[in-house]
Amino acid sequence: MPAALQLKGLTKRYGGVAVVDGLDLELERGLCHGLLGPNGAGKTTTLRLSLGLIEADAGTVNLLGHVLPSGSGEARRHVGVVPQNDSLDPDFTVRENLITYGRYFGLRTGTIVGRIPELLAFAGLEGKADSPIQSLSGGMKRRLTLARALINDPEMVFLDEPTTGLDPQARHLIWQGLRRLINQGKTLLLTTHFMEEAERLCDAISIIDHGRLIVRGSPRELIKGHIEPNVVEVYGEGLEDWESHASACCQRIETAGETRFCYTGDPQRVISELEGRPGLHYLHRPANLEDVFLKLTGRDPRD
Amino acid sequence: MNWFPVWRRNFLVWKKLILPSLIGNLGDPVFYLLGMGYGLGGLLPTVDGVPYLNFLAVGTACYSVMNSATFEALYSAFSRMHVQRTWEAILNTPLGLRDVLMGELLWATSKSMLSGTAIMLVIWVMGLYADFSLTLLLIPVVVLTGFCFSGIALAVNSVSPNYDFFIYYFTLAITPMVLLGGVFYPPSALPVWMTAIAAWLPLTHAIDLARPLALGRLPAMAWLHVLALLAYGIAGFMAALVLTRRRLLR
Repeated sequence: MPAALQLKGLTKRYGGVAVVDGLDLELERGLCHGLLGPNGAGKTTTLRLSLGLIEADAGTVNLLGHVLPSGSGEARRHVGVVPQNDSLDPDFTVRENLITYGRYFGLRTGTIVGRIPELLAFAGLEGKADSPIQSLSGGMKRRLTLARALINDPEMVFLDEPTTGLDPQARHLIWQGLRRLINQGKTLLLTTHFMEEAERLCDAISIIDHGRLIVRGSPRELIKGHIEPNVVEVYGEGLEDWESHASACCQRIETAGETRFCYTGDPQRVISELEGRPGLHYLHRPANLEDVFLKLTGRDPRD
Repeated sequence: MNWFPVWRRNFLVWKKLILPSLIGNLGDPVFYLLGMGYGLGGLLPTVDGVPYLNFLAVGTACYSVMNSATFEALYSAFSRMHVQRTWEAILNTPLGLRDVLMGELLWATSKSMLSGTAIMLVIWVMGLYADFSLTLLLIPVVVLTGFCFSGIALAVNSVSPNYDFFIYYFTLAITPMVLLGGVFYPPSALPVWMTAIAAWLPLTHAIDLARPLALGRLPAMAWLHVLALLAYGIAGFMAALVLTRRRLLR
């Protein structure tokens, strides 16, 4: 089966600067794909190119078998999009939002109305059909945006930071919904700044920076292949003195603010080196996707 | 017909807010017409051979069509484009920017027809015309005028950073047009250099088509005025298409 989305040598320049720079990516159908990268890495531009909203300066996009940009309207007929910014219609109720949006796909009103109960149940918005948008919480609005993206029963769903700005409870509800979509066999492409989200949901992760693909693999492969298995985070009084003793048993030490991250295959030695230093606090944990991300894209802040 | 769901979305919102919308679009021009027509008209002898109210009514029709098309394709369209991100949401569906702008153009035209129709009703009910059958030709003039100003306003909208920017358009284009175009008095009352400018303005073309029809004559050089209104509207729409694409989709 051909890939859901295939990008080849994709390049987009703004004012001479390549925001997407020869990106090659192939997303298999039926999987959840995470697209990660620091701010300005080219994630949103990649999504917009992949949807045929903007034209590439070089390279090709094939979305669900349609060559873009000429086939973008036809391709988007089978795609759902959850944008980063709220774009629900504030003058409409929940039901009217769904009906109006469905009509943009050329669906008949009767068809849309028939789908609404199922979509509201999916989004946990039963009984809210006639509520005005202003009465919904931030989490409800995001769930409605997700339901809206499913109005055309899409094969593939694009999600641009679907949980940014949500509280943990609301985030878990979105995750539950996305998990169900994955189980239904839909292809997902997700950008996020929450590494836990990507690690939990995604089968395959692509990390991009400066518009280029840095690495691709399952969360487990990335953690196994790119980073030491254990991390000891240390902070507090006497950090420098400890560091000078401990550096021998850490494969790598990184600094973020006032915390040292000691990456090691032998955490017991590091911890024993911490004993007798009451001013220091530490946390020992297995390495995760965030450690990989920070190693590959650097710890310097991006804006 | 891809534009139709966009038109229909705006229609649905309008239907929900119908009362304030109708009062604003219909009440305002009618009150103006009656107040000015009687108040000022009482002080005047006939204008162009008819009572001032008759003269003013058809000018007000064009004026209010222009105003309501302009407001819809500026303030309301800007809200949908910039504030509510409605266009952004639509562009994620199979529809394209051309469909969105066409829907907006035809919606603003439709809404302006409503304002035009309100004044037409006053003209018909009060008998402010010379020949009823000629006033039926005012209907396509109203549609054309609404189309023309909707197209221009969408172009202005596409380059607006914020709502305040519209002041430039209103002060530098709409207001001079109202004063030079012959809404309140015949342009022949103006100095020659002012009428020379007026000859280029779209509102002048609309009024040059409409007023003779209300006063019982066929307009002179009607084809020129029709072409001018079409040209302004199409040019505005094409510019809006290019500039909005540059704004939203680059």
